[in-house]
Amino acid sequence: MKSAVITFPGSNCDRDMDVALRKFGFKNKMVWHDDAELPKSDLVVLPGGFSYGDYLRCGSMASKSKIMKSVTNFAASGGMVMGICNGFQILVETGLVPGVLLRNKYLEFICKNVFVKINNKQNTYFKDIKNDVLEFHIAHNEGNYFCTKDQLKEIEDNEQVAIDYCDNNGKIEEQFNPNGSIKNIAGIFNKKKNVLGMMPHPERMIDPALSGEDGSLFFNNLINNLK
Amino acid sequence: MIVNEQVAIDHGLKKDEYSKICELLKRTPNITELGIFSAMWNEHCSYKSSKLHLKTLPTKGKQVIQGPGENAGVVDIGDNDAIVFKIESHNHPSFIEPYQGAATGVGGIMRDVFTMGARPIANLNSIHFGSPQHKKTKNLLRGVVHGIGGYGNCMGVPTIAGQTNFDSSYNGNILVNAMTLGLVKKDKIFYSKAAGLNKPVIYVGSKTGRDGIHGASMASASFDEKIEEKKPTVQVGDPFTEKLLLEACLELMAGDSIIAIQDMGAAGLTSSSIEMASKGNLGIEINLNKVPCRESKMTPYEIMLSESQERMLIVLENGKEDEAKKIFDKWNLDFAVIGKTTKSKKIELFFDDEQVASIPVNTLVENSPMYDRKWKKAKLPKKNKIKKEDLKNLKIIDVLKKVLSNPNVCSKEWIWQQYDHTVMGDTIQKPGGDSGVVRIHGTNKAVAASVDSSAVYCWAHPLTGGKQVICESFRNLISVGAKPIAITNCLNFGSPENEENMGEFVECVQGIGEAAEYLKFPVVSGNVSFYNQTKEEGIKPTPSIGGVGLIKDYNKMITMDFKKIDNIVLVIGKTEGHIDQSLLARNVLDEKNGPPPEINLFNEKNNGETLLRLIDSGLIKSAHDVSIGGIITAVSKMCIKGNKGINLKKPKYLINEIEYYFSEDQGRYIIEVSKDSLKKVTDILNKNAVHYDELGTINENLLFINEKSKVTIDELRSSNTNWLINYMSK
Repeated sequence: MKSAVITFPGSNCDRDMDVALRKFGFKNKMVWHDDAELPKSDLVVLPGGFSYGDYLRCGSMASKSKIMKSVTNFAASGGMVMGICNGFQILVETGLVPGVLLRNKYLEFICKNVFVKINNKQNTYFKDIKNDVLEFHIAHNEGNYFCTKDQLKEIEDNEQVAIDYCDNNGKIEEQFNPNGSIKNIAGIFNKKKNVLGMMPHPERMIDPALSGEDGSLFFNNLINNLK
Repeated sequence: MIVNEQVAIDHGLKKDEYSKICELLKRTPNITELGIFSAMWNEHCSYKSSKLHLKTLPTKGKQVIQGPGENAGVVDIGDNDAIVFKIESHNHPSFIEPYQGAATGVGGIMRDVFTMGARPIANLNSIHFGSPQHKKTKNLLRGVVHGIGGYGNCMGVPTIAGQTNFDSSYNGNILVNAMTLGLVKKDKIFYSKAAGLNKPVIYVGSKTGRDGIHGASMASASFDEKIEEKKPTVQVGDPFTEKLLLEACLELMAGDSIIAIQDMGAAGLTSSSIEMASKGNLGIEINLNKVPCRESKMTPYEIMLSESQERMLIVLENGKEDEAKKIFDKWNLDFAVIGKTTKSKKIELFFDDEQVASIPVNTLVENSPMYDRKWKKAKLPKKNKIKKEDLKNLKIIDVLKKVLSNPNVCSKEWIWQQYDHTVMGDTIQKPGGDSGVVRIHGTNKAVAASVDSSAVYCWAHPLTGGKQVICESFRNLISVGAKPIAITNCLNFGSPENEENMGEFVECVQGIGEAAEYLKFPVVSGNVSFYNQTKEEGIKPTPSIGGVGLIKDYNKMITMDFKKIDNIVLVIGKTEGHIDQSLLARNVLDEKNGPPPEINLFNEKNNGETLLRLIDSGLIKSAHDVSIGGIITAVSKMCIKGNKGINLKKPKYLINEIEYYFSEDQGRYIIEVSKDSLKKVTDILNKNAVHYDELGTINENLLFINEKSKVTIDELRSSNTNWLINYMSK
């Protein structure tokens, strides 16, 4: 399987994502934001970081990069595009997934492990994952997902919510919501479920010596589903 | 502007320093030249009061590749890998403007590290604030934490450890010390020594603005009521640009076009160009019209003294300009050839086709003032007057809860959760342990780092305090299974012109030197920050020590959380019952007099090295050093982290349990061992003449003391975690 990770100026989880993808068997290529064309890929990843220093709005300037035209076309043709953290913010700014990401409710950057419940397994990202609850890791300042009532209805009707913040038993309550996201939403799909944006970093959970191993579950499953 | 003695004094120079300048130049300097002298001769850049004493520190060792004198120290960790590291203060700016002050402190220290060709892999910090009740403390704390996070998080470098202390002596002068570790291949280390004639001198990074002018001079004086007026001397950071600068520099460094490279930190273009020239025994000629400026009509004086951030000066090989420019263009950074190296051994500046400065480099560096300041030796204080009966009346669990919720002991999770501590995917020990640990990417090796200070001990007796803080750093590394390699020190003190403050400095340095020498734990980098005082009131002497150690196989790393019910808990090292200057004495009994605990370097080394061997043999399940709050505080933290309890047996000696549990004798560690390996462990301890006591056995979730009193671990956890959260949310 071939993957591509886009490096924007200020991306800082691009290497981590490259390491993770290669560890689970992807042939990964790093792609510069100023390139016009994507290499032939089965998965395109927009990594975490602070593209363009988060100036203007997080992800806003990166969404206008040269490469994003290619990414948008790739997504429109059904290609798999995943945005993690700042990558999610870029997806939102591009309009590839609905909604916006606001500043965290308590106005502070949060770096910690969280539990997320998989809300929808009818897609290439989560199909066949046995667990319903995964332990992931977040590190962000603007992860407070928000959308209008109408949008929310549409998202829910289309089953576009991918994962929700919860406790270790999968209970979804406000007290387990780290950033104030509407309905505890941690990640969402586009309508066709080929584009996924999420705040948690699965690439930081791929080794028992690190914060945990549920990221390994996720990547293993993903490459198997793509095969 | 005409230069005279008064103008020199306004620049922070002393009368005799000004006459020396005129004598060296054999004429009166012009204003640009005077600005350059004032920047190079201030305390911050010249180390004029500290040099004499710093020379006494041990700086060499088998693993030391580069000691003090470069942008950072470098140590060998085997397999052609080396760690570049340094700690630096940003105290004065952080007190004036906490967010930017702290942020640029972090940015500056990372630049020092990547200037040497190393990719930063971990950040640490040591921050000290005034009393929690002081009106400024909360906002300063919030601002500093946001600033540290704002810069480090954006750079994508994990912040893996740190310390936060509160003491009223910092009410008028907070301390912000930032440390960075970087990883470099031993044969790809870059230095600041210029070499060769007519080599292009290149300016890269951000444009030069009018910010931070006189920053270094500001950091070389005490504060008074006019501190608000000093805001313009604080630099403004842009971590995004620094991230680009990091990537561009490392890309350029992969080739072979760089002869020398130096970041523009304190005193900006002035100190960077002079340092490169001085080390290379060369001259440098700069055309200031070529310097990329953010604002129009900047004068030579402003360009030379600006402390705009995220800039570097490079001496390139001839003919490599285009190749280098391409890289900086790709990263959207300024690139300008601003001058060349010359044989004149002078720093020569041109502006609008006129020479605006011409100063022999040696007058600025070798001939800079050096003072043998007067200092007062501190006496060892007399024992305090706490009565044994008073101790007997205390209830252990009440005291324990008080100690665990003390601002200097309580959990700092509220702080470190705001720092990205997992980016780069190699953090295997997060903040909140004895040391932070990161793997060397793609290998089985890991480096541990910790930052420590013990201002209370240093204040009570500087010589003992200086030794203690080195030992504490040594212990924190050993507690995670790392072999201590070397340290970096950030020496924060009051005014060197005050004999008592100077005495504190001299004796702390003596203590540091003595302990570092004995433990083979050399000093490879650091900085000195004097004048940490508002008007006449100085801070407690606060050397911050950043220690670095190596774990050869990270699978052998140890954490402090208790692992398994029924395992046995021991304390290594003898408990003598030293209560003076302990948290118990100072904060519970309100007795601030008395000597700090004594340091026995032989025991320190023997206990530490023996424990390291036990860890290496896989016999230890968890370990934690005993520091402020004594044995019971250390054990409680291990319970809280591991979510387990302990049955503490009655101590065999020191009948007074309060003394046994809360005293702060040195050289001690708590260790957890399985029942099966207990005999093996105690045999090894006995064979090495290491004293130990058996403390008790791990249970499910209660702390039992001598079968008499008990408390749940949840209750202890709330005492430990709630204070800071409540304080910050009020």
